[in-house]
Amino acid sequence: MSPSVPLQEMIRAIRSARTQCEERGVIQRECAAIRAQFRQSDNGGRSHNLAKLLYVHMLGYPAHFGQMECVRMIASPRYSEKRVGYLGAMMLLDEKQDASLLITNSIKNDLSHSNQYVQSLALCTLACMGSAEMCRDLAPEIDRLLRASNSYIKKKAALCAVHIVRKVHDLGEMFAPAARSLLSEKNHGVLHGAVVLITEDTHIHTHILIFEIMKGLVISGYSPEHDVAGISDPFLQVRILRLLRILGHNNEAASDAMNDLLAQVATNTDSTKTVGNAVLYETVLTVLDIKSESGLRVLAVNILGRFLLNNDRNIRYIAMISLQKIVGTDHNAVQRHRGTIVDCLKDQDASVKRRALDLSLALVSASNIRSMMKELLIFLSSCPLELRSQAASGIFIAAERYAPSQRWHIDTILHVLTTAGGDVRDETVPNLIQLITNASELHCYTVHKLYRALLTDISQQSLVQVACWCIGEYGDLLLRGECQETEPVQVHEDDVLDALETVLQSHMSSPATRGFALTATMKLSTRITDNVDRIRSIVSIYGSCIDVELQQRAVEYNALFKKYDHMRYICFEYAGHCVLFRFRLSALLLCLFFPQVCDLLDLLGGSEETLQPSPAAGGTAPGLPANTASTAGGDLLDLLGGLEPFKLK
Amino acid sequence: MIKAILIFNNHGKPRLIRFYQYFAEDMQQQIIRETFHLVSKRDDNVCNFLEGGSLIGGSDYKLIYRHYATLYFVFCVDSSESELGILDLIQVFVETLDKCFENVCELDLIFHMDKVHYILQEVVMGGMVLETNMNEITTQVDVQNRMEKSEGGLSAAPARAVSAVKNMNLPEIPRNINIGDINIKVPSLSPF
Repeated sequence: MSPSVPLQEMIRAIRSARTQCEERGVIQRECAAIRAQFRQSDNGGRSHNLAKLLYVHMLGYPAHFGQMECVRMIASPRYSEKRVGYLGAMMLLDEKQDASLLITNSIKNDLSHSNQYVQSLALCTLACMGSAEMCRDLAPEIDRLLRASNSYIKKKAALCAVHIVRKVHDLGEMFAPAARSLLSEKNHGVLHGAVVLITEDTHIHTHILIFEIMKGLVISGYSPEHDVAGISDPFLQVRILRLLRILGHNNEAASDAMNDLLAQVATNTDSTKTVGNAVLYETVLTVLDIKSESGLRVLAVNILGRFLLNNDRNIRYIAMISLQKIVGTDHNAVQRHRGTIVDCLKDQDASVKRRALDLSLALVSASNIRSMMKELLIFLSSCPLELRSQAASGIFIAAERYAPSQRWHIDTILHVLTTAGGDVRDETVPNLIQLITNASELHCYTVHKLYRALLTDISQQSLVQVACWCIGEYGDLLLRGECQETEPVQVHEDDVLDALETVLQSHMSSPATRGFALTATMKLSTRITDNVDRIRSIVSIYGSCIDVELQQRAVEYNALFKKYDHMRYICFEYAGHCVLFRFRLSALLLCLFFPQVCDLLDLLGGSEETLQPSPAAGGTAPGLPANTASTAGGDLLDLLGGLEPFKLK
Repeated sequence: MIKAILIFNNHGKPRLIRFYQYFAEDMQQQIIRETFHLVSKRDDNVCNFLEGGSLIGGSDYKLIYRHYATLYFVFCVDSSESELGILDLIQVFVETLDKCFENVCELDLIFHMDKVHYILQEVVMGGMVLETNMNEITTQVDVQNRMEKSEGGLSAAPARAVSAVKNMNLPEIPRNINIGDINIKVPSLSPF
């Protein structure tokens, strides 16, 4: 058995290993030696072994066999062993393990030890990993220590009490009187602990004393040791401000009392350094969160505005976080800074961009929608990948709420689909289809635009799906060639069928997209005259496709061609309005073939479809006089066997 | 509350890890890897706050980090801590290390990992900020280190001798010998 090697030598040995395998070998040997040493009863180098084990644990190797050793070392009378034992307990044990119960007694004894450093070790461990039972057992001890004479112990006991209150909320009452008396301490560490305890423990409210401390700090309290770059103890100031925020939060009286003090802090704090900014920032947050007077609120928002223009990115980042918190309540005040926020969208830093995006989306309103949307679309084309889907959905929501015109709305959605089509959510496609259907005067414009988009790029699935649907539905408008809103371009039937076939055959198309394309091809068979045979051949090819959905569909369409040719027009008049058509259309066809299957109607029961032919389609269906549509409609209803006609809205 | 404090170098090797919330060992290593991955991508002139770590806890948590030469100091905090305050705390912690180790460098952190933990225990306790005054922290740490050394017993004698010689400051001693008092007391020797 090798003699126990002190920590540094082991570290040197591990570092000199050149490969991962060598390192693992060294560590395994060391762990074996350590395990053997643990089994021996008394050993001079016990603390070394545990320290080595903790190092190995940090590197990621298993160290659970050291748990009992920690328990033993904590019980040892020697300070060096206790120290390492407690450290080991904090790193290796947690309240879920049984070994942690064993140290409760040791902690209890150490809390009353004569040496304050041993007491502090026990307090530290209890605060890190004390379970609820341990906390309940030891709470009276902690309360006693809170009244003890030593400020070093008092501040640790205060934080330990915070942990206890977090674990067992009811024990907060026990600490209330001690905490109040701690507030009159001079030691800043103790004050800090006391403020944290009062913040955590809602049973105590002593705002008057807090003001005394606060005033002292700002006006005259210049204590050199706590000075960080000229501001007296900024950490304590920040804590106190946070506590003030909680006290004033729905409390008129407390907020009134705080107004002067907050104004004083806001004006007196030097904002040229980071620490000053930390205090100012906390003051601003407090002002905005309590029921402060309006002058003070304006001051606070102005400070935030100044932060936004600061060169330091950190300051800009936190300014945007706080503006986000108040954009709901003080919307106009934040709007004034819209320009700066929109500029932050172009910042290089991803964190700043994220905040700017959230804030910009919150600032969109009916009056600024056009300019904001321009900026947001520019942002979308260059934004980092992780923000894309958030940006896209934000843009959709904003567009839906404030769109000045339907054409603008459709344009915006198309733009988003072309730029970031892969990152939009699935319900975008049916929503867009619904939108297009409702904007009846724009069908011609929409189908032209989509056709052109389809020709450029077929990789964005959502865009391709919508484009196929539109071409299928309004193909006749496309082929007619003229359109008021875009330049006329002559589109031949062959071109359209080529485009759809490319989509069908491309390896980039998902099965859903292929389904859309196939249905569109089929629908075109009722809108075009010359190439019906071509359509028939395309559809029959897919009759033997591997994808079951496509195959089923192709077979049904083939059947329509062969046996039910007269029904073809009706199906593709009505089916055009199915939003979730993929599954509904098949159900519809099954209804045609098997009218007794009435429970299938339940499948169609929840839909939003209408069975009224759209004006465009009805008016221009080639070769189909209007009255045939209505008589054929009558046939359809007969086939359904006198049941309630569904969804004739 | 501070959820975790991680120090690792530019290649992702951990130099100090301290979790104030329980995570299983493999989870801890995964968190270190993920944090390193997020932090190392950052440029030097962007802001010191990062969001988006999914492992360590969800939307309430931020990573606040500072890059010093070869080391990243990362504090993972939730929304109850002031971001700028934590940034200052990291500065205070590093300056304290500098004071305790005399021009601290990465090697000091590697070889004295346990001492760094003890220093950290004086700054942050149970995930909460305990003390921010550098002098106070260094004083307490010194006292505790002395206590540990004095317990060393025989096995620590060589080490104590070495440190005593180091502390001796030989050029100063001749000046301190005081021969003003000629009455030298002869100590009474006990018979053997």
